[in-house]
Amino acid sequence: MNRIRLHATAFLAGTLLLASGNAGAVDRTVPPVPGPVRPLKLPPVKRVALSNGLPVLIVESHEVPIVTLVLLIKSGAAEDPLPKIGLAALTAGMLDEGAGGKNSLALDDALSYLGADLKAAATWDGSIVDMEVPVARLEAALPLMADVALRPDFPAKELERVRRDELTGILEARSEPRQIASWGLSRAIFGKGHRYGSPADGDATSLAALSVADLRSFHEKHYRPANATLIVTGDVQGAQLVPLLEKAFGSWAAGGGAPAPVPAPAQLKGRKLWLVDKPGAAQSVIRIGRVGPDRRTSDYEVLEVMNTLLGGSFTSRLNNNLREQHGWAYGAGSGFDYRRTGGVFLAAADVQSKSTGEAMVEFMKELERMKTPPTPKEIERARNFLALRFAEQFETSRQMAAKLAEIVLYDLPIDTFDSFVPKALAVSSDQMVRAARAQIDTGNLAIVIVGDRATIEKPLQALKLGTFQVLSVDDVMGPAPKLE
Amino acid sequence: MRRVLLAVLLSTAVSGAAFAAERLEVPYEMFRLKNGLTVIVHEDHSAPLATVNTWYHVGSARETPGRTGFAHLFEHIMFNGSKNVPEGAFDQWLEAVGGNNNGSTTQDRTNYWEDIPANALETALFLESDRMAYLLDTMSMARVNQQRDVVKNERRQSYENRPYGMASILLSEAIYPADHPYHWPTIGSMEDLGAATHEDVANFFKRYYGPGNTSVVIAGDVDTKTARALAEKWFGEIPAAAPVEPLAPRTVVLPGEKRLVFEDKVELPRLYISWPGPPAYSASEAALNALGGVLATGKNSRLYKRLVYDLQIAQDVTAGLDAGALSSTFDIIVTAKAGRSLEEIRKVVDEEVAHLTEKPPSQRELDRFRNDYEAKLLVRLEKVGGFGGKADQLNQYFTYTGNPGYFESDLARYRALSPADVHAVAFRYLGPGRVILSIVPEGKRNLALAEVAK
Repeated sequence: MNRIRLHATAFLAGTLLLASGNAGAVDRTVPPVPGPVRPLKLPPVKRVALSNGLPVLIVESHEVPIVTLVLLIKSGAAEDPLPKIGLAALTAGMLDEGAGGKNSLALDDALSYLGADLKAAATWDGSIVDMEVPVARLEAALPLMADVALRPDFPAKELERVRRDELTGILEARSEPRQIASWGLSRAIFGKGHRYGSPADGDATSLAALSVADLRSFHEKHYRPANATLIVTGDVQGAQLVPLLEKAFGSWAAGGGAPAPVPAPAQLKGRKLWLVDKPGAAQSVIRIGRVGPDRRTSDYEVLEVMNTLLGGSFTSRLNNNLREQHGWAYGAGSGFDYRRTGGVFLAAADVQSKSTGEAMVEFMKELERMKTPPTPKEIERARNFLALRFAEQFETSRQMAAKLAEIVLYDLPIDTFDSFVPKALAVSSDQMVRAARAQIDTGNLAIVIVGDRATIEKPLQALKLGTFQVLSVDDVMGPAPKLE
Repeated sequence: MRRVLLAVLLSTAVSGAAFAAERLEVPYEMFRLKNGLTVIVHEDHSAPLATVNTWYHVGSARETPGRTGFAHLFEHIMFNGSKNVPEGAFDQWLEAVGGNNNGSTTQDRTNYWEDIPANALETALFLESDRMAYLLDTMSMARVNQQRDVVKNERRQSYENRPYGMASILLSEAIYPADHPYHWPTIGSMEDLGAATHEDVANFFKRYYGPGNTSVVIAGDVDTKTARALAEKWFGEIPAAAPVEPLAPRTVVLPGEKRLVFEDKVELPRLYISWPGPPAYSASEAALNALGGVLATGKNSRLYKRLVYDLQIAQDVTAGLDAGALSSTFDIIVTAKAGRSLEEIRKVVDEEVAHLTEKPPSQRELDRFRNDYEAKLLVRLEKVGGFGGKADQLNQYFTYTGNPGYFESDLARYRALSPADVHAVAFRYLGPGRVILSIVPEGKRNLALAEVAK
């Protein structure tokens, strides 16, 4: 019926229909051709320094009356002094548990009354105190943020409470197949000897031992102006802002310096498969990885386009294969986690238990296939998908602050993001193949699968993917935390 | 939801809240096409981006017995091609111009969005309109079957293989009677997912996916005049369908307390207390949301402070309203610390609930919640597309209130709240008629509440 109606209208005079704006004449036989790409113009970054040398980056946007402030400390979990893993994370997590004469509850009350959302956390490469606050309350909230970042009390009583929360969190993680797989993969790739082989937030043994003195010492060493940058984005006027920042952060005693980098991790040799039994599990959590490049790699744009094609978009080969073609999984994907030193390449899916072996065959096939040139259509799609909506990553003040933090943490050129789009759009087939051969070397991989051993062990064994080991949750996550 | 893609992201992102002091307005223009399609246009020229956000006013509440999960399965099928878009091309063509997309299904509605670079707006309109007009022309059972398997794996991933994943399903079944549209879960049962036929797909599409039951928001770096002309061009030819009458609200009263126990592959016991409540955007909703904030948002909230901070017998606590067009539930969820009994937790929860049914909270407690609510609403306005961006919010307000520009009214109902209002809804809704679910580690029923209250 629709077809007949369409054919009928096609016989009518096109000009008449167009002029009247009437429906029915639209040609659907070819998709519309997009107009010229509208260029992305990033707002200027203003750089100033406070009297103690603390660098400040400011980007103004005036659509919504809120401000994001990020105090970025260039030391994170990678700087944990062994064996005190989890120290950077616990230090950050304890900052708002009492500071500048206010206890934990008083701080929370003051901040939430202002509508200020303040959080502190550590990643591998940095420790971050961030606050999002309505611009009208910025002046009232700034001293609280400075107290938390610069003058934490680390009360022993609160440490015991937070420690118990963290240990209980690890206990919970032991029942979560994805968490088990995540711990397992880091260990399988980096081993026990490298910091990356253990969780950034620490494990049950290390968290039980960290003391107030440890937290103080990490804070004193790393939370220093020469190892920090303050980022302010949102509805601020630079000229009026700087005196407020000076008042809050200018008295922070100068000094400090960048930490020594962690040693570069060694690449895997050969293939290994670890199976962690989760009796009765409906799905197998599959995680495949190896050591990846750092954020400053000159191949960054090439790798991002290549990964978009492999597992970074809906039409990517992994998702298309495991989900759309086979229906074994809700989704499949891959990605690079670039760090200051080295990083991780990861491919992943949660697949229905009975298809685990077949899914592994397809995974290996797709990784292997990256060594041969993709079709021009695939390449163009991946480039455009990655590059043409790049503006989206700068839409909110929070996102803008995160992108600036990336520049600071990895000492990237300030025009990094201005040049991203043209660079990504220029990535060639040869470059992608070369990058895939270097970074997705299927001969040297770690595979961790958490699932129902009774169903999946035999099919996996039969594939002879590499050295095969069955591990317990304890093997992967260490002993369960001791909780009374 | 249609998809979850893994992304390895740097966690340097920050998160937070803000505050609105002035009148909150998101300018838009709304018009209706001859076929009944509602179109809402919002201009935001701050970045060269645009979005097409479509809400079909149908969700799992419209499903029939033996076909639970169908609305959501249908959402998946919508991506598998239409007359002029071959199978797989929806995503390929959209990605080729730099676009991204997703969809989601709730009890009340199914939504879809395409985020695109602004120059490719027409690609999104073409794709969205083609499936609205011509989905059935190329529909095959093979396509249905393929997405059926994907959805079954979505159920495994999001419910069965996830600790506590079955809780929401058990609670709805216990609160809502078998013939209530919220009784069954949006994800559906495995058996029903297997039962859907081609005829089901065709009937559902004809009945609920007509333009008169649908609203489309076009937002971003577009001008209203052009957007309007393009909406006419691409959606105008879609034939009108029989009108769909909205379902009438249907709230629930429970005669007393119902207790359930479920053993799961978890380490920590978790207590769920669920009371039936009023529909979304009804008069009591704002006060009930505030009640949730007073109980469990922030370290100073009543339940967090007692259970997590002072007594340290709980790992976390949440409280709040889960509201739909027909009804809602007010849920308190507490994860106990290892080895703690849920009876011990329940006693404290009931003490704190009793305090609020007896006496209003302080003004400061209310203000803390309100400032947080306003801030979070503002933060969402920084984003145009995706789930929860401005376009999605305009469509949500339109779908539930008829007014896409409900932003200021939304804030106003929270600004007008007094502590007495919070007390009043606590008294009215948090009574003896409720469902309590204990989820405990396998073999540890001793940590659950007794099946019958003592």
